[in-house]
Amino acid sequence: MLVIKDLKVSIDGEEILKGINLEVRAGELHAIMGPNGSGKSTLASVLAGRELYEVTSGKVTYKDQDLLEKSPEERAKEGLFLGFQYPIEIPGVSMVNFMKTAINEMRKHRGEEPLSASEFLKKMREKKDLVEISSSLTNRSVNEGFSGGEKKKNEIFQMAMLEPDLAILDETDSGLDIDALRIVARGVNNLKSPHNATIVITHYQRLLDYIVPDFVHVLYNGRIVKSGGKELALLLEEKGYEWINAEEVNQ
Amino acid sequence: MQKDQDQILNEVTSGEYKFGFYTDIEHDSIAKGLNEEVIRLISGKKDEPDFMLEFRLKAYRHWLTMKMPEWAHLKIPEINYQDQIYYSAPVQKAKLESLDEVDPQLLETFNKLGIPLEEQKHLAGVAVDAVMDSVSVKTTFKETLAELGIIFCSFSEAVREYPDLVRKYMGSVVPYTDNYFAALNSAVFSDGSFCYIPKGVRCPMELSTYFRINAANTGQFERTLIVAEDKSYVSYLEGCTAPMRDENQLHAAIVEIVAMENAEVKYATVQNWYPGNKEGKGGIYNFVTKRGICKGDNSRISWTQIETGSAITWKYPSVILRGHNSTGEFYSVAVTNNHQQADTGTKMIHIGKNTKSIIVSKGISAGVSNNSYRGLVKVLRGAGNARNFSQCDSLLLGDKCGAHTFPYIESANHSAIIEHEATTSKIGEDQIFYCNQRGISTEDAIGLIINGYAKEVLNKLPMEFAVEAQKLLQISLEGSVG
Ligand SMILES: Nc1ncnc2c1ncn2[C@@H]1O[C@H](COP(=O)(O)OP(=O)(O)OP(=O)(O)O)[C@@H](O)[C@H]1O
Ligand SMILES: [Mg+2]
Repeated sequence: MLVIKDLKVSIDGEEILKGINLEVRAGELHAIMGPNGSGKSTLASVLAGRELYEVTSGKVTYKDQDLLEKSPEERAKEGLFLGFQYPIEIPGVSMVNFMKTAINEMRKHRGEEPLSASEFLKKMREKKDLVEISSSLTNRSVNEGFSGGEKKKNEIFQMAMLEPDLAILDETDSGLDIDALRIVARGVNNLKSPHNATIVITHYQRLLDYIVPDFVHVLYNGRIVKSGGKELALLLEEKGYEWINAEEVNQ
Repeated sequence: MQKDQDQILNEVTSGEYKFGFYTDIEHDSIAKGLNEEVIRLISGKKDEPDFMLEFRLKAYRHWLTMKMPEWAHLKIPEINYQDQIYYSAPVQKAKLESLDEVDPQLLETFNKLGIPLEEQKHLAGVAVDAVMDSVSVKTTFKETLAELGIIFCSFSEAVREYPDLVRKYMGSVVPYTDNYFAALNSAVFSDGSFCYIPKGVRCPMELSTYFRINAANTGQFERTLIVAEDKSYVSYLEGCTAPMRDENQLHAAIVEIVAMENAEVKYATVQNWYPGNKEGKGGIYNFVTKRGICKGDNSRISWTQIETGSAITWKYPSVILRGHNSTGEFYSVAVTNNHQQADTGTKMIHIGKNTKSIIVSKGISAGVSNNSYRGLVKVLRGAGNARNFSQCDSLLLGDKCGAHTFPYIESANHSAIIEHEATTSKIGEDQIFYCNQRGISTEDAIGLIINGYAKEVLNKLPMEFAVEAQKLLQISLEGSVG
């Protein structure tokens, strides 16, 4: 589904990603861990098409097509979803209107008719229940005045509404209470199918108790320095990144 | 509503001004220039009674003593008033069976503007007075309204048919001495709409005037007068467009509203005069004086304006709150893009006791444009318990445009409560990216954001026009980001 080859990315001339290689197949769940500033969000943003970053070399294919050539909205319409580490507030734009526009844009892209008002509301209700987000949030403007945790939950709600093929969740678990964490995990597990894939970026092994990854990767200083199964996360928790550092130095 | 929303998004594909066409129709025009002869000529063409000619001449003589106002935050190139044509009427070619028939070519022009003049085709519940250049072309639903005693006709017709009403109210809210452009309009105005709602009558349909400038080098000077008697109600809408031309054209209008006891008048404008091209060439100079008086107790006047057009806009729809417990409202969205300049706002003059005013102004600036809000809240000594709430927001797209607010407060009564809030915000690149990431294009994202920002004002428009206005906002800002 997603193949990243030797991806190098700079911002303001400073290289942040220094050659990333990663392959994600349909049905898989990958976790990316790594210390602050190692480039996790940068990777997620570049995949979503943020223009701030300059791709200096490398290639990314998504569904057998050149991903980097496409505009951010084309990528989204092709089923790529980014759960933002810091979700953006859009005052005055209601969640309902926002979601309806987004869903219908995607339907149009697939050659489908827009949802009728009642179909849309039904879907909204269904997904709201799934992620246990309250109507008092979905009746407000997009993220406006939401608490940190509410914003994260809202990302999962949007993911549930849009049913992406590839979801990249950038620290969606940070700032969540235990109950919310379970709900987020449920959202992710619920979406999981042989046809789609998820990349979760996280600092905490805790999330991986609920979402069992097929692979864990360690992003360190702009490179994926270690990949393994879910036990790698446990090892990291126990030994910290210093351990990776030493290993890398030893190599 | 959603369907409309989608339709808006779908329809909006190009950022061009959509109403820039010209109708090649014969015009009966007079020579360029302004003097007493010209004024007599205009008055003569319209077969006016003597009092009208006198009014015009007095206004003209007063105008000669005045200077163009310079206090606005606008750069106005010098206007040569002798280089304008002050009267131009489309000549209806076809031999018409009855006075109510309209030249097919004119019908076609208004059809193209989305204003069908055949009543059966027209939006249900809206009566229209269509004005092209200096004259009213047709007023629809006149008979239906007449059954209720409502008078809705062109200003010229009102001068002929209801001279007493015109004489009584014309100039009573905006005297010709009021300002430079009001004096000019009073001297040379050619047509406009007149509306009279008798006591106790709720006007059952929206009344609307559609102004179209067609002829070149011609100024448009129209006048609208609305009188609402005790316990009456009317909702009024005004729209306007003009062809694209490299020269600037002058538009100076007057609107007067009189609301008697317990009467309510809502006046909405969707102003879409040609704004000029991207380099700032051409466009309409729009100098307008709009004022209402809440004459009777418990009366209410509200102005709603969506200002997207014109190269220069100078306009302050105001309310004089003379009746006790009367209310004045001003809701405005003013968009400026490219080289447009707008200096707009309101005046709320509290005279009666317990009078209330509400001001909601939403400025949106893009390109290298300049957008100013200028508002006065004045509370006179006798206006006990007067209340005002003002909210002035500015939204900036890009960093080459300007937004300014000039709020003036003068209160002579200590019991008055005056509140003013103001915000300035920007459409952030991160907001756009967030929308993009959900499959929403940049243009549509801007549409969503500005329509969300302007919602409070758009909600005040009659339903049929709210959709139109949303579309217009988005079109006006196209190409301004990214
Ligand atoms: N817009 C920017 N301008 C300058 N530097 C940036 C910008 N965005 C990211 N960086 C730098 O790139 C590096 C990687 O940042 P990134 O946000 O990808 O880290 P991260 O792995 O997601 O960290 P965290 O775990 O704290 O979220 C950091 O050193 C950061 O300061
Ligand atoms: Mg990060």
